[in-house]
Amino acid sequence: MTVVADVLPIDEALAQYDPVMGLEVHVELNTKSKMFCGCPTEFGAEPNTQTCPVCLGLPGALPVVNAVGVESAIKIGLALNCEIAEWCRFARKNYFYPDMPKNFQTSQYDEPIAFNGWTDVVVDGETYRIEIERAHMEEDTGKSLHVGGATGRIHGASHSLVDYNRAGIPLIEIVTKTIEVPGEKAPAVARALVSQLRDLLLSIGVSDVRMDQGSLRCDANVSLKPKGSSTLGTRTETKNVNSFRSVERAITYEITRQAAILSAGGKILQETRHWHEDTGITTSGREKSDADDYRYFPEPDLVPIAPSREWVESLRATLPEAPSLRRARLQTEWGFTDPEMRDVINGGALEYIVRTVELGVDAPAAKKWWLGELARAANESGKDLGDLGVGPAEVAEVQKLVDDGALNDKLARQVFDGLVKGEGTPAEIMAARGLALVSDDSALIEAIDRAIAANPDVVEKVNSGKPAAAGALIGAVMKDMRGQADAAKVRELLNTKLGI
Amino acid sequence: MSELTRKTAAELSELMASGETSSIEITQAHLDRISATDTAVHAFLHVDTEGALAQAAAVDKRRAAGEKLGPLAGVPLALKDVLTQDGVPTTAGSRILEGWKPPYDSTVVSRLKAAGIVILGKTNMDEFAMGSSTENSAYGPTHNPWDLARIPGGSGGGSSAAISAYQAPLAIGTDTGGSIRQPAAFTGTVGVKPTYGGTSRYGLIALASSLDTPGPCARTTLDAALLHEVIAGHDKMDSTSIDQPVPPVVEAARRGDVNGLRIGVVKELGGEGYQPGVEARFHEAVELLTKLGAEVVEVSCPHFQYALPAYYLILPSEASSNLAKFDAMRFGLRVGDDGENDAEQVMRLTREAGFGDEVKRRIMLGTHALSSGYYDAYYGQAQKVRTLIARDFANAYEHVDVLVSPATPTTAFAIGDRVNDPIAMYKNDLCTIPSNLAGNAAASFPAGLADEDGLPVGFHVMAPVMRDDLLYQVGAALESALADQWGGVLMSKAPELEVTR
Repeated sequence: MTVVADVLPIDEALAQYDPVMGLEVHVELNTKSKMFCGCPTEFGAEPNTQTCPVCLGLPGALPVVNAVGVESAIKIGLALNCEIAEWCRFARKNYFYPDMPKNFQTSQYDEPIAFNGWTDVVVDGETYRIEIERAHMEEDTGKSLHVGGATGRIHGASHSLVDYNRAGIPLIEIVTKTIEVPGEKAPAVARALVSQLRDLLLSIGVSDVRMDQGSLRCDANVSLKPKGSSTLGTRTETKNVNSFRSVERAITYEITRQAAILSAGGKILQETRHWHEDTGITTSGREKSDADDYRYFPEPDLVPIAPSREWVESLRATLPEAPSLRRARLQTEWGFTDPEMRDVINGGALEYIVRTVELGVDAPAAKKWWLGELARAANESGKDLGDLGVGPAEVAEVQKLVDDGALNDKLARQVFDGLVKGEGTPAEIMAARGLALVSDDSALIEAIDRAIAANPDVVEKVNSGKPAAAGALIGAVMKDMRGQADAAKVRELLNTKLGI
Repeated sequence: MSELTRKTAAELSELMASGETSSIEITQAHLDRISATDTAVHAFLHVDTEGALAQAAAVDKRRAAGEKLGPLAGVPLALKDVLTQDGVPTTAGSRILEGWKPPYDSTVVSRLKAAGIVILGKTNMDEFAMGSSTENSAYGPTHNPWDLARIPGGSGGGSSAAISAYQAPLAIGTDTGGSIRQPAAFTGTVGVKPTYGGTSRYGLIALASSLDTPGPCARTTLDAALLHEVIAGHDKMDSTSIDQPVPPVVEAARRGDVNGLRIGVVKELGGEGYQPGVEARFHEAVELLTKLGAEVVEVSCPHFQYALPAYYLILPSEASSNLAKFDAMRFGLRVGDDGENDAEQVMRLTREAGFGDEVKRRIMLGTHALSSGYYDAYYGQAQKVRTLIARDFANAYEHVDVLVSPATPTTAFAIGDRVNDPIAMYKNDLCTIPSNLAGNAAASFPAGLADEDGLPVGFHVMAPVMRDDLLYQVGAALESALADQWGGVLMSKAPELEVTR
């Protein structure tokens, strides 16, 4: 199945074609109950334990709208600078799938709750304004599990099971307008957009935005148009890309794949494609055609929604400040230079640093850990920062150990390594790896004595009026202590010893 | 037949209150009547003997304990098989739901239970309430107790037949385009379609969500009002449910005064295509009401002529979507699940075997009417017509309190007569459909027998949204005026059914 298609190197592709993108981002809201019934929404529960006649679509059952879901939708719309509809309603999107209880999805069609918005993303210091077509409310489907095969995919499976726990969980679908970004920046802009959406959703508290748990999912539409042409090409839709890095990779891949086909005189099929994380390619899903007819019509089981302007304004008042203003403020507060701030944003570390600083860590230290240790670990394992298993709380804990003199930076790095590898809490890792700083003066003094004894020439230099030479003695002590000594302390004790 | 089965619900209630009889006794009498007559009538799809007797015993116990009970506590009722009842088979007249036992009660059923009403069983109906004759039931037709060779009307033929065969004093129907009122007319009983949203649709297996309305069926106006009061009222499980107090229907049924009431005769609902005997009884009824002090004027509702085509676009469109869930995945029939067929094939085979012709016809119609490129021409246009019809009503209600017409253009026709002519069948609901499209209240009351065939004729009353009380006011006045003429309610003129022992 995984036949690697011929691709054009990205440079060549972008020399000939301009990429055009559109993103559809699905966000699962973190409401306590489902969109149209009172069932709980907890992730990871036993299959089919969070269902009722309504979300199972049993005959006779009727939906009732979750007011908190509507509130979250309005907040998202406002955060994306959208207009909020004075009157909107749900529609039925009719299609068949075994994990869709009603065989129609209750969604919004031509009357979405939020529309005509924008958000700015920054890539390499450059600001790109992404226009938002709409943000609408809908419900999630159930989940099919294919059993009996080797791969868990439907091919080769002996039977399928359906878990309806997810059916009816509220979703907001954010749809961008066509994004035309100068060539090579396109994939990075897409990544930055998704990353920014996550930051935004996190900051307004409407979703857990866990890409690994599917609470943030992205479909990427990509087409190419020949340089200088204004005619849009045929697009493909790559479904369910579930990490920031994958968004960038999948779009890059589609550009190179489509370019190879077009430059060979071929045609792009309008189709959905599946992204394969392991091989870094997309493969054909089902072909999309005009026959794809969802027969939308207004949902007759639900009355229209008319959010009052007072309500909308009161929700607007609860929103955190706009991201661009907030960034400017944070940069000032933190005292970061422009390039430093750019690295933070491009590295997707902004929200983590914010939350770490909130826990009492000073900004440069927070930046050092997130952009240094953790970004490197994420990069090595191909994960996003948020999926490393290390959060602001752990970073703050390690920093506190440093501040208290229990660790120095070098040892702290080893603690982070242990955290990423899941070796336990910082304390457990320190114990298991034997990382604590030696604070016992007598042990240090013994090591200092050994260093002095072993380096008489250095001692002579110091005594002859060259105190800087003492650095070599400190180095020797640190080496003796296998790095587990506080360098400042060593210096202090050594100076006393040498009488300087 | 036990005298108990001849009694109205109100009478039974008094007998129980005075201790002259018990709910067990009443329930047993009706169960006996069902077993004696239902081979011929086929009003029931499922008789819940055990469940009914248990409910009756429970009510008797509560009464004996001195508990204050509602006016209908202990009275038996027949439930249209389209409303879910926890643990009791519910099929909506379709093979595709054969044997399905819902795990929950519809709101109507919860309210019946809370009122202590005893549910005897589930009544026959056109499959998924599609039809005007109860011939489309997958389980065979119901026969009209007035003439067993005739249909009882549809889709709620089972419910109306059950009360006209004295198998139950009360029944629940659902009305999408006339499915309560049209069978009421054909069986000489009372059938009320409350204001849309006045009764909850939660647990009602949907035909067309924007039209479906559960309502009461009975042999008298007062009985219907008593039942109306039990099932009506706001339900937070139904988003379209109206959050307002239930109109004073019982009080209106007891008062039955039309003096000074302005009654509009709808010009467009009469004339060509209407059976002379039907028109004659209708005009007599209007005259009677005039004599009782009502002011009668002719009213024009020019857009009513488009009601039928609009209805037959909106209904199948919604139905095609509502019926999509019957896919063999979670409940009901499952055909071809032998390991050879994939999910889609199982779905296809199940739907092929499980749905009848009329259902398939309407699914196809609705799917077409909603498909891209046709939506504006069909569904969109029909919704505009709907607005115009609602406007016709609104204009008329500026001049009159209620509107009246015959309930149906003809009396009950013979079984098999119109099976092959869907359009002729659809025309039965000509008078009733506008009220569903506009969502207002309407009812059919007995108006006598047509001269040419001696079959019941229904008098149709339409009232503004949430003025259901006006229906009962008119119905009760007519009923008491005609009672002198008939020596009781119209049902007292019905021929005796032959009983099997």
